[in-house]
Amino acid sequence: MTALEQALTKGEFAVTAEVAPPKGTDVSEMMENAEFLRGKVHAINVTDQQSSVMRLGSLASCHLLKEAGFEPVFQLTTRDRNRIALQSDLLSAYALGIENVLCLTGDYVTLGDHPQAKPVFDLDSVSLLMAAKSLENGTDMAGESLEGAPSFYLGAVVTPGYEPLELQLLKMERKIKAGAQFFQTQAVYDPEVFRRFMESAKEFGVPVMLGCVLLKSAGMARYMNKNVAGVSVPDSIIDEMKKTDDKVTTSIKIAARIIRETKEMCQGVHLMPMGWERHVPDILDEAGIAI
Amino acid sequence: MIITKAKPFAEILQSLEGENTVFLVGCSECATVCKTGGEEEVKQMKARLEQEGKTVSGWVVLSPGCNLLEAKKEFRKAKAEIDRADSLLVMSCGGGVQIAQEASGKVVHPANNTLFLGTVERFGHFKEYCSMCGECILDMTGGICPATRCPKGLLNGPCGGAKDGKCEVNPDNDCVWIKIYDRLKEIGKLDEFLASPVHVRDYSVNTKPSTLVLERSKTGRNNG
Repeated sequence: MTALEQALTKGEFAVTAEVAPPKGTDVSEMMENAEFLRGKVHAINVTDQQSSVMRLGSLASCHLLKEAGFEPVFQLTTRDRNRIALQSDLLSAYALGIENVLCLTGDYVTLGDHPQAKPVFDLDSVSLLMAAKSLENGTDMAGESLEGAPSFYLGAVVTPGYEPLELQLLKMERKIKAGAQFFQTQAVYDPEVFRRFMESAKEFGVPVMLGCVLLKSAGMARYMNKNVAGVSVPDSIIDEMKKTDDKVTTSIKIAARIIRETKEMCQGVHLMPMGWERHVPDILDEAGIAI
Repeated sequence: MIITKAKPFAEILQSLEGENTVFLVGCSECATVCKTGGEEEVKQMKARLEQEGKTVSGWVVLSPGCNLLEAKKEFRKAKAEIDRADSLLVMSCGGGVQIAQEASGKVVHPANNTLFLGTVERFGHFKEYCSMCGECILDMTGGICPATRCPKGLLNGPCGGAKDGKCEVNPDNDCVWIKIYDRLKEIGKLDEFLASPVHVRDYSVNTKPSTLVLERSKTGRNNG
């Protein structure tokens, strides 16, 4: 059982944070960022060509983190690989001792830096979960038996601020039926939005980790409001970021406050520091969370 | 119908470089509706090419441009003009270009880019509703196709990306999953969808290039 699974199933408040692989082969910054998280999180998510921008692979990065003594969460999207490659990567992950997998569809290709690339989407997040589950049961999607089956802790994502929420919950339920054992959410800044979501989502009985993207400026908040679906930063928070002389301290305060206000509603927090990994320990301290 | 868009004239001229005499081929069906290869556009093309110093030995609008026997028949009638031409400029879909090549044995140039299988909203307004996947799932999705109308072709529900009901990939488009959801609710089939197994496409049903030969059938319905 992974540390993340242990935390989420034993009723501890689980903490994860993501790091992004570099565009290139120099992993030193990613590894330094991971060091800030050592002892502070149960596991570290590694993004898979986030926003469809070509980078070093998630699987290789997970392996490097694992070698350095971290527990990785392998983010796997269906955008770039067909079912043969996806199943193969799942087997590869397990062979490297990587057991937490976050199954995603992935952003569309034209949003990234290779808009000319062929969008694969042979599977989607739901059928990827089903494929992973099938591998665990010793057969691949074609029904062929495996010599040695993997065992995963399978995660998925959900957007609490989605309208209509019922439709997002329908997808969430399909993910659970397909094999999702935990959820990490899209960024939430309004505890009321999260409360409304959790009122329905808690019925599923599957652990949910609140998604928290660190705000770096009022401009970033406004940009997300305009461009990132399901994310709504309240005006009061934008004002806080606008008025402050110390963006870092204010950002830490805001994140810690949101975590404090929501932690009773959910089973953990997933931090997306976007390069501010060094501030994650302060946020957790201020939110009163220690693992 | 097959939706086509005219290539820029400069690109067409470039493809005709070193050739003096051209025979034009149009199509009476899709390319006529798309205004890329009907009689009107063929005549315009003739005039423009002549302005550029080309000789147009003749033209024909096939009915339709993608029918091999029709093309052979019409090309026989225009044999002298076609023989005189260095090449054929084909103003139809990519299917028509290849049929023209097979039927004439001549060098062919496409005058259009072929875009998608389109429905006609109103004159000159086309939308892609079907991507010819070979295993229609419209019964399950309230008569609205997510394999085509969702950029990611999601079959098991929406992504998290819709904003104000619009698709994050192209905000001009409604999120098709919100449309499907509304429709399934309306016709009381939402629970049926939720209870349905995980949907996965079978790409082996239409390995390219597809062919179909009609079988003789007593019911009159092809291959059913």
